[in-house]
Amino acid sequence: MLLFYNLIFLCYTMISIRNLTFSRGNRKIFDNISLDIMPHKITAIMGPSGTGKTTLLKLIAGQLRPDSGTLLVDQKNVHQLSRTELYKLRKKMGMLFQSGALLTDMSVYDNIAFPIREHTQLPESMIRTLVLMKLNAVGLRGARDLMPSELSGGMARRVAMARALALDPEMIMFDEPFTGQDPISLGVLVKLIKKLNQTLHLSSIVVSHNVVETASIADYIYLISEGKVAGQGTPEELNTTKSDWVQQFMQGKADGPVPFHYPAQDINSDLLSNNAKL
Amino acid sequence: MNFFQSIGHSSLKFLAKLGRSSLFFSAILTGFGYTLSRPGLLIKQLYNIGVLTFWLIAISGLFVGMVLGLQGVYTLSTFGAESSLGIMVAASLVRELGPVVSALLFAGRAGSALTAEIGLMKATEQLSAMEMMAIDPLKYIIAPRFFAGFISLPLLAALFSAIGILGGYLAGVELLNVDSGSYWSQMQGAIDFHDDIINGVIKSIIFAWLVSWIALFEGYDAVPTASGISRATTRTVVTSAFAILLFDFLLTALMFGAS
Repeated sequence: MLLFYNLIFLCYTMISIRNLTFSRGNRKIFDNISLDIMPHKITAIMGPSGTGKTTLLKLIAGQLRPDSGTLLVDQKNVHQLSRTELYKLRKKMGMLFQSGALLTDMSVYDNIAFPIREHTQLPESMIRTLVLMKLNAVGLRGARDLMPSELSGGMARRVAMARALALDPEMIMFDEPFTGQDPISLGVLVKLIKKLNQTLHLSSIVVSHNVVETASIADYIYLISEGKVAGQGTPEELNTTKSDWVQQFMQGKADGPVPFHYPAQDINSDLLSNNAKL
Repeated sequence: MNFFQSIGHSSLKFLAKLGRSSLFFSAILTGFGYTLSRPGLLIKQLYNIGVLTFWLIAISGLFVGMVLGLQGVYTLSTFGAESSLGIMVAASLVRELGPVVSALLFAGRAGSALTAEIGLMKATEQLSAMEMMAIDPLKYIIAPRFFAGFISLPLLAALFSAIGILGGYLAGVELLNVDSGSYWSQMQGAIDFHDDIINGVIKSIIFAWLVSWIALFEGYDAVPTASGISRATTRTVVTSAFAILLFDFLLTALMFGAS
């Protein structure tokens, strides 16, 4: 019985991506990629800049269409849903944009109330309770009357986090939550992502290239490079893996399989060659 | 690329843009019911787009009317026909200058602001964020702005003409001593409600549709960077001006050409 239960648990994935290919122009961003996102875990997707990590989130949310392959969210193929079904599915997803993407003509309070007001018929008194609870969870209950332009980058991201949680989603996607943060807001954000994931039983996807912070909270990590999964596993597994590329990325070495030098001819012959154009 | 290739390339680009903008427009139309159900959004945009453009339209209308009054007296007096000044001022304003000049001013004031606003919302991912919250930005953001523009411009054009006629009165009657009675009575006798006023209103309704559509589409279709938005804003004003003048010619030919 226990085995059976475990089997069901193993088979169920929040998001399952199979043989996904996506290209922009002639450049293949993803080349036949497959990965799974488990429920109630923090899954990190890491990779060098420009590997299309944000693109992956947009594919999951159905804002972009893949060239081929399937992408199941909650057992539903995102790219075959009708617009109404897609919007219904999106209510179960929260997304934290890199910039925060707060609506600039509304206060912090109204920004968080916005999705609740649009999707429910709740009375204003109950909306107030909900908004203050969400703001309290990110520690910004006192900032409710500020406008987005008055917030620091870290605060804007926390407000955006509260807004992403407004509709009590099942999963939440973080797009580069740590980029450009000072050490204190960085610590706050790391702690918040971990805490929210545990207390709300969310499935979180963190897209980032901040190795240390991400590895400290992730349950499972996918490393993506040049359109393929270059490595995967728990943080411990990745730290002890034999792959040189994974080692270079995880430890931030300047030289390795990804060379320090842009491809060029040998330096001796380059310096000694006398064909400089004078 | 050789010459012919570049012609083909730009024609295809133009057709693709026309297609995208048509889809965009049909999406706006499906947002009509939503706009009706959310009058608060519409009223806010009517204020932003219509009310805030009023003073520009009023002052421009006054000066255009006064110039018409001065030039009218100067030209008509060579035939001793100053008493027909009212007809000249009112006919030019109601038929042509009211709809056209107010639409050009509207494109410059409200159209460019709309493009920049939508473009910046796109660049700061606010439109994407709304989609992620399962709120259609075409319904919530675009449709109320479109209908606000569509309602505002005809009203502004009517105000432009009315204030212009008063301006003509100030210049012609108060300044240059044309007879007040003949200014008003000749105007009343010669200006036809259907031929002149309704045709002018039809023109301004069509310009309102053109300018609102162009401004919102350019913003929605803008490359989401600083230079992309600045180019989109410029395109809004330039394309609107061309579209207004082209359609004005076509409409004038249809409405007044046959008689």
